[in-house]
Amino acid sequence: MTRVLRQFWPFWVFLGLAAVFAKALIGIDRGAIDPHAIQSPLLGKRAPEFDLPSVLDPTQRVRLQDSAGRYRVINVWGSWCVACKAEHEALLKLHLQQSIQFIGIDWKDDPSTALEYVRKLGNPYDAIADDQAGQVAIDYGVYGAPESFLISPQGIVLAKHTGPLTEAAFAAEFAPLMKPGATS
Amino acid sequence: MSARRGIAALVCGLWIVAALAIDAGEAFPDAPRQERYLALVHELRCVVCQNQTIADSNADLAADLRHQVRDRIARGESDEDIKRYLTDRYGDFILYDPPWSARSAVLWVAPALLLVVALVVIGRVIRARSSELNQEESS
Repeated sequence: MTRVLRQFWPFWVFLGLAAVFAKALIGIDRGAIDPHAIQSPLLGKRAPEFDLPSVLDPTQRVRLQDSAGRYRVINVWGSWCVACKAEHEALLKLHLQQSIQFIGIDWKDDPSTALEYVRKLGNPYDAIADDQAGQVAIDYGVYGAPESFLISPQGIVLAKHTGPLTEAAFAAEFAPLMKPGATS
Repeated sequence: MSARRGIAALVCGLWIVAALAIDAGEAFPDAPRQERYLALVHELRCVVCQNQTIADSNADLAADLRHQVRDRIARGESDEDIKRYLTDRYGDFILYDPPWSARSAVLWVAPALLLVVALVVIGRVIRARSSELNQEESS
């Protein structure tokens, strides 16, 4: 028995490596592993401040500090973004259920098209900031819409979700990080 | 023949123009800053199309990152400032030449380690074979 183990050791090493790679490939196939995902270095750090014109009312400004003291979800989206349409229903529901601020960052978009979009499909946001230049998106390390960040009342980035936000993803990734009582 | 050559030259010319036309014109009129700009954009990864530098990619985000680099050079920031600004947001992944860290150390050391392991294994196999041969000869 030990002789067989010893004699064929390169084969066992190969088998071990094959198992590791197979596990990763199956994980990617099932969506459990995203090889393109980049861990955000912003987690645990202060969320970048911004001060942008409002899409809902161009005479107003949208600032992160306006919602200080509350949990906030910052959602980077655009009316041009197909995957954002997929998360829109979930955002509307979450906004109704959760007593937290939803701030939309309208990324590299025409604000009038964005306005039409939320008028037609419903507006899940308390405020929408017009980031035509894409500066705030880069400040947040965004590489594709939609991306969502959970910000603490003190302004710390608690979590980041890449891709469409779902109710399940919110419950699994965001909700456990929020302490009850501090939500309003 | 020469017509063919002419067409080939034209196609090559167009291709080169297309490759250079990612940004119309140079970022800076002066050579030192233009060189810094080119060096930086060739060191930074396009995070959307992950196997290209932001110099080679015509993705929207790559263009935004090039503008970011250009604006920051124009404001007088150093190369280190600009790289730190981007790695603070995108992580070391945005650098094509990632620095030493606890996480990347394995990647840097692994090839050398594997080479040592391979040499040890080869050495052992050769010694085992030659001793087998010696035994056969002596018996």
